Amino acid sequence: MITRKRLAARACGLFAALAVGLFPASATAADEPTAKEPPKVDLVLDVSGSMRANDIDGGSRMAAAKQAFNEVIDAVPAEVQLGIRTLGADYAGDDRTLGCKDTKQLYKVGPLDRTEAKTAVATLAPTGWTPIGPALLGAAQDLEGGNATKRIVLITDGEDTCAPLDPCEVARDIAAKGIHLVIDTLGLVPDAKTRAQLTCIAEATGGTYTSVQHKAELSGRVRQLVDRAADPVVNPVATEGAKQCAGAPQLKAGLYSDRETFGEHRWYRVDVLPGQELRASVSIGADRAVNNDYGVLLRATTVHGREIVRGSEAGDGRTDVLSTGLRYPKAEVDDSDSDSDAKPAAETVCLQVSNSFSAPASVKTTPGMPVELTIDLVDGPGGLSDAAAFGLGRGWWTLAVLVLAGLLAGLVWGWISRWRISVWRTN
Amino acid sequence: MRTVRTLTAGLLAAAAALAVAGTAAGTAAADTPSPSATPGKDGAAAEAAAPTEAGTSFRTAAPFRPGQKATAGASSGDYLYWVLPVDAQQRVTVKATVTLPESAARHGASTWQLDVYDGLRRRQACTYGTQSRAAAREAASVELSCTLRTVRAGAEPWANDPLPGSYYVRLTVVDLPEEDLGLPVRAAVEADVHEEGGAFAVDGALAKPLVAGTVTGSLREPEDGWSGGWWSDRWLWTAAGGVLGALAGIFGYSLTRGTGRPSRVPPGA
Repeated sequence: MITRKRLAARACGLFAALAVGLFPASATAADEPTAKEPPKVDLVLDVSGSMRANDIDGGSRMAAAKQAFNEVIDAVPAEVQLGIRTLGADYAGDDRTLGCKDTKQLYKVGPLDRTEAKTAVATLAPTGWTPIGPALLGAAQDLEGGNATKRIVLITDGEDTCAPLDPCEVARDIAAKGIHLVIDTLGLVPDAKTRAQLTCIAEATGGTYTSVQHKAELSGRVRQLVDRAADPVVNPVATEGAKQCAGAPQLKAGLYSDRETFGEHRWYRVDVLPGQELRASVSIGADRAVNNDYGVLLRATTVHGREIVRGSEAGDGRTDVLSTGLRYPKAEVDDSDSDSDAKPAAETVCLQVSNSFSAPASVKTTPGMPVELTIDLVDGPGGLSDAAAFGLGRGWWTLAVLVLAGLLAGLVWGWISRWRISVWRTN
Repeated sequence: MRTVRTLTAGLLAAAAALAVAGTAAGTAAADTPSPSATPGKDGAAAEAAAPTEAGTSFRTAAPFRPGQKATAGASSGDYLYWVLPVDAQQRVTVKATVTLPESAARHGASTWQLDVYDGLRRRQACTYGTQSRAAAREAASVELSCTLRTVRAGAEPWANDPLPGSYYVRLTVVDLPEEDLGLPVRAAVEADVHEEGGAFAVDGALAKPLVAGTVTGSLREPEDGWSGGWWSDRWLWTAAGGVLGALAGIFGYSLTRGTGRPSRVPPGA
């Protein structure tokens, strides 16, 4: 019996392998990790005067940062292109305008020459202001070009001293450019304001925030973040949904990104052939401070506005994204009425993405929140005609019914043949 | 004499068939895979080790298989994502353990939460398990778990039933004092699979499991591939029922024949 089960399982596996081979997963850009282009990482280091403070494991913050950088430079994966940018490294004066321009590229983003990079880091001495906003803009420029994964790792010990340019908004604007850029922030012994600013920057770009109290934590975390950049990842294609279905962008299977502000609707169109199944999922990122309760709705409608199916989700509390999805298997057309046509016409399905996020009045609504949309078109599912698999039965009741039916059939058959024999005998 | 022989044979066959059905159901139910034990002989598929890093979004979720233990170092406040394949008729329990930072560095209680999403990024309900738990300030770790509904091979498009495919696990802190953001934590996630057998075998099946295109690598599917959803112990039950029915038919027929000569036939005939 076990053998038979194993055989069945093996046949199953073979079938699955065949199926996988025949229908390779969504033959689109979404399936190919953009690993060909080397991922780029820019380390942005605060070299402001406050980095002199001796409060990390007895050493200065600067010394801890330098040591961490040396370790990271040694451990960078070969495929990663690493650059280093500093802020507040040169200007020690009191002029705010000059101090706030003080950010420069210390080591160009590119293939890494370890000794050269280390020498560059060794020259650094804590000096000036903390222009985080301009430094982020500069770093985004350093990383410009290409479709690769980009990452900025910001290491600072204080809040931005260059208001009114809010680094958090700078970060959100950079993220809204759709260049697959993530900013991770690390605060060295941070105070409440620094923490708030750094978490805001991280949140705005889908990055992470770390509070560093010890040397080992710093190098470990930076190394982890640089390694993360090397992981192959599928990057979305930027698109822009329309206000209504007419004129909405036509999407094929793949991964898309868009932006949607509070209460906005975005429409997209997908062509679905008969016998195909449309799978769509959407996630909206809460990249800023939002009110406690929120929701997202994804609807598939016909071009005439009739709703076919919807996916919705609501939530509350702290979150990074809110997501939902839907399936729409389009039935095969009957051959009887359209046997002359060679190819059945595709149906245009309109997808509507809406959200019920809201934010306090102090929060800027533009640019919109990041939307990630995945579209997949696969073969339709097998017919759903019975509650049980193939209409098969299971359990003692089934057995009892079958046995009883067999018994009755046997009895009736026996009586009939007996009656026939006795009729034949009497004749 | 003949009747007796038929009867015994029938009973024996019935008993055998029942035993077959019974053991099949038994093995199917107890058939929890243990991928860690056997590295598999055929190919690269089984070689992939459990991830030691977590992803930070649906797109970057780190894939692992049921039975493996995925670990990650992170900062409190990070959203950690993993993804695992679950096949039809399986009921999966996801367990997470978070090792919290030393209590001296913390300022208060924190609440951790485990969420599971299906391949379409739809949130899946936990039927039982502590999905969200508050850790006191002095607690060293938090344990969370979530048992999903049994995965069905197919469902109507309007239903939110769990379907075979990728399942995303998201682990994060949902409530903590501001000062405690960004402290180092360690997280470990495991998934146990329980085969529920044919009781949850439904008609109709997806042509392709709900595996997102962003999940790559060999860990995107179960160790021995997707089942396709056609096999269940219902085949055995029904076949056994058919055999028993036939035997019962023979038995019933033989009852009407009586023993020996028919009584109504005159002795001289």
